[in-house]
Amino acid sequence: MLTGLLIVLPLVAALLVFLTKGNTARSLALVASVAEFALSLFVFFQFKNDPTANTLSLNCTWVQSMGIKFAVGLDGISLLLVLLTTFLVPLIILSSFKNEYHKPNAFYGLILVMQMALVGVFTANDGFLFYVFWELALIPIYFICLLWGGDDRGKITLKFFIYTLSGSLFMLIGLIYLYSHTGYGSGIRSWAINDLYTAGRSLNVDQQSAVFWMIFLAFAIKMPIFPLHTWQPDTYVVAPTQGTMLLSGIMLKMGTFGVIKWLLPIAPLALEKWGGTAILLSTIGIIYASCIAIAQKDFKRLIAYSSIAHVGLISAGILSANQQGVQGAVIQMLSHGVNVVGLFLIADILLRHTGTRDIDKLGGIRNMNGQFSVLFLIILLGSVALPLTNGFIGEFLLLNGVYQYSAYMAAFAGLSVILGAVYMLRGYQKIMLGEKPSTGIEFGSLATSDKVVLITICAVIIAFGVYPKPLNDLAEPAVKALLSNMK
Amino acid sequence: MIKLIGLVPLFPLIGFLINGFFGKKMSKSLSGGIACVSILASLIVSVLAFIELEHSANKSHVVTLFSWISADTLNIPFDFLYDPLSALFLLIITGIGFLIHVYSVGYMHDDAGFSRFFTYLNLFVFFMLLLVMGNNYLIMFVGWEGVGLCSYLLIGFWFKNTAYNDAARKAFIMNRIGDLGFLLGIILIFVTYGSISYGDVFAKAGVSSNAIVTSIALLLFIGAMGKSAQIPLYTWLPDAMAGPTPVSALIHAATMVTAGIYMIVRSNVFYSISEVASETVAIVGVATALFAATIGLLQNDIKKILAYSTVSQLGLMFLGLGVGAYSSSVFHVTTHAFFKALLFLGAGSVIHAMGGEQDVRKMGGLKGKIKITYITMLLGTIAISGLPPFSGFFSKDEILAHVYEHSKILWFLGMVTSMLTAFYMFRMLFLTFFGTFRGTHEQEHHLHESPKSMTIPLMVLATLSVVGGVLGLPEFWGQTNWIGEHLSPIILHKDPSTLSHETEWTLMGLAVASAAAVIYFAHSMFITNGVLPVAGEDKMKPWQKLVYNKYYVDELYDTVIRKPLDAVSKAFYKFFDLQIIDGIVNGVGAAVKGTGSVVRLLQTGNIGFYVVSMVVGVVLILLFKFIL
Repeated sequence: MLTGLLIVLPLVAALLVFLTKGNTARSLALVASVAEFALSLFVFFQFKNDPTANTLSLNCTWVQSMGIKFAVGLDGISLLLVLLTTFLVPLIILSSFKNEYHKPNAFYGLILVMQMALVGVFTANDGFLFYVFWELALIPIYFICLLWGGDDRGKITLKFFIYTLSGSLFMLIGLIYLYSHTGYGSGIRSWAINDLYTAGRSLNVDQQSAVFWMIFLAFAIKMPIFPLHTWQPDTYVVAPTQGTMLLSGIMLKMGTFGVIKWLLPIAPLALEKWGGTAILLSTIGIIYASCIAIAQKDFKRLIAYSSIAHVGLISAGILSANQQGVQGAVIQMLSHGVNVVGLFLIADILLRHTGTRDIDKLGGIRNMNGQFSVLFLIILLGSVALPLTNGFIGEFLLLNGVYQYSAYMAAFAGLSVILGAVYMLRGYQKIMLGEKPSTGIEFGSLATSDKVVLITICAVIIAFGVYPKPLNDLAEPAVKALLSNMK
Repeated sequence: MIKLIGLVPLFPLIGFLINGFFGKKMSKSLSGGIACVSILASLIVSVLAFIELEHSANKSHVVTLFSWISADTLNIPFDFLYDPLSALFLLIITGIGFLIHVYSVGYMHDDAGFSRFFTYLNLFVFFMLLLVMGNNYLIMFVGWEGVGLCSYLLIGFWFKNTAYNDAARKAFIMNRIGDLGFLLGIILIFVTYGSISYGDVFAKAGVSSNAIVTSIALLLFIGAMGKSAQIPLYTWLPDAMAGPTPVSALIHAATMVTAGIYMIVRSNVFYSISEVASETVAIVGVATALFAATIGLLQNDIKKILAYSTVSQLGLMFLGLGVGAYSSSVFHVTTHAFFKALLFLGAGSVIHAMGGEQDVRKMGGLKGKIKITYITMLLGTIAISGLPPFSGFFSKDEILAHVYEHSKILWFLGMVTSMLTAFYMFRMLFLTFFGTFRGTHEQEHHLHESPKSMTIPLMVLATLSVVGGVLGLPEFWGQTNWIGEHLSPIILHKDPSTLSHETEWTLMGLAVASAAAVIYFAHSMFITNGVLPVAGEDKMKPWQKLVYNKYYVDELYDTVIRKPLDAVSKAFYKFFDLQIIDGIVNGVGAAVKGTGSVVRLLQTGNIGFYVVSMVVGVVLILLFKFIL
């Protein structure tokens, strides 16, 4: 029931926001998203008391004849991702307060619709419902990018839309194929996640391989995994900052989450056969994207490529299918989500204050605003996974997981430890340190809304870097259960 | 007190937080005072705990704070280990750390970033304490990367200067190369032993295969190469001299750069098992020691001379570790902390007096003008050159005696390094303090001794440099080697010296005689004959030019690593990503669109065309069926 409420609340709020005008829209959206966060915290405490409580899940028939149910529920992993979503959306809304968007009611309404779909994706326990939410999430973000994006947005958003949509269609085929194999013995077909697991595992290795690649394709495009990534940098750059935050902070986790929950337990044989290939692609992506990030001038594009590198490691960890790898992936999905929103806000602040994000045209800001430089540095350290920041916990577990799959792959993937420092510190130095560029830029004090968001993010980075236990307590048993499901 | 050992890192952390949040609003004396008091508090706790440990039968105390990371079989607590090794390092870190904090109050007094400086410095001490106090490899790694961060922040302390920022970034990235090795080593330890806590791991180390132990030891050593500036990862340390001089003394001489030695002593179990790893450590150590010492011969920047000297001395310590002389190396870490901190702080005092000048060619004759600085630096120079009965003599001699037992060639190379050390150190001393003043009139006019906050730490350190040798008197003198005894519980494999007393006396005599001869040579060269370093590169002989330019290693790295990486990055981006991969994606899109536009033409809306095609189709189907 409570999970259902988590989906309904943003939807109702979105409808209300559509009806308002002007600045009321954003205030209302902020209030609604904070309420949603409070509700998710309540759910979290309920879950801690009793993870199997009936009050949490919801399971009602949707289309009887086809075995489709509106079934949503929570395990440790999905709860963490729901918390990530409900935590980030208020910050994303707050970070927009210094930007003026025309038709704010539509803008903020779409963000809330997006939130509804994301929560749906993370909680769906029915294959068909999962697919519906999956596609539903694409629509608001498409319009956010298309209507409020930057130059050349038409072409770029269309490419993004078609690219991800075609991936999703393969997933649909894979899911239907699985569905057609449910009900062995009883003859009753079902989309229930556990029935799809059983169906998947009843297949032989070739059938599983076909399903694996069809479903993985959709997830790989969403993350994105090399070489399916070329829609991402353009889209991230052209999207309005809040759109980029939604895409990178939360939406890409749909892909990694999908692999954990909708692929690993379905196709264990195929994973054994093809996992190495997928890990190799992920690892190539880490190095490849890190190298490209070094060559970037636009700070926003630099972050976009660094995101490909990060998600490559997450994907490699998941596909190595051991406790440390998958748990590390879950933790890193949270850390990456928080940190990347911080980094994109920094890119936005730079643009707003100086009129450019070109790192060659910036410099000397350290001297103009010390507070901003400290906050930037903390987020950067989280991103390069310095110990005692949130990024380190996930990275250590991930490398550990990949190492157990292949020591060489881990060493190769580990190069990101070095390359990440190369591009991030280079960017930081060019933007913040040194003397003011000759063209002259001014950088005054931060807006309160920006300050609140950055300080919150920094607090989370350090808090969960020092004491990640609350996150691990949720992730550890859930991952363990999931992996035991694969045997 | 041992139960409260967690207070030791807590005080600097509190100092860091106070200065970090409120430093700007506080007066300089308050800000500096808080920083100094926080370290003093740690020092007091460390001393009390140390006394307790000395009187306790139990030499290993674990204090667990909380469960940090847990993933099924991987359980990493946040816990501290207080044993003879960490106890000794705590004393060095908080003791030297406190002196350097006091010194910094004077040295940084006129700097706009005063409170920021102490914020970073307290944070550094916090991380350095974590590094040596952790009870498992990951806590060591936390401290390890944490001190790297502080090193980065302090090298680039004057952040408007691009060259300093570049040096800071170089240090961080080079250290990260080592850190990756360290991290993989930790993971291999976990995979092999199912734990990364020291106690569990060392108990099981003998069970695993030699190949695995060797891999672990070598991976850890890669980390040590980065942090302790060994070949090939040493080039960041000389550049790190861009930071304020107290930073060079504390971080880049006395404490952080010895972390690699701490790590190997802590892991001595692995190195005792793996001969390959030990040999590697010894060879890399001696190569670094010799290589850096030769570079030190021709440097003219007073801090650079000391920096290469540090690299060289660290190499000597690794040479000791490589031949199994763990406690001797720790002894040298201790005495080196005394005299190298002293020399750096003395150099800082010289630079202070000279109004920022660091080039020894522009100094000279300072001994009468800044007497305390001169006398203390003289004592430090004698100590590092290995003349008895100063501290450096005992620690270096102990290492070299062990090396002699192990290999005569390595011993010879170690001796050559010592002679070079004596030469470049006295060269620096003579050029700085003797002869006539070679600076400007204005500089001469301003020459003055530093304030008490700076000279008192110099005097304390000078005393320690002189008498520090009592910590490890030679056993063949019939004395107890205190450090050796103290560390014996944590060292798995000790080989007692098999050298005869005659041999030991001979080695010692040779060392002293050669050092004395070198000093006499340097004296006749720089004092009697008044030789000065050549002013410009164009007047140098080819070999001098090569050495002066540090064998062009930086340029080599630039050509072999940095430039290719930049080129690859550009090629990946401009060509591979935008042209090839995205080209294919767009090509697929265009193909679909193209096919669509062709097929679209069939939909003409002409009924006649439809009828004809229908008939053709039916005929074709019939034909097809008929043929089959």
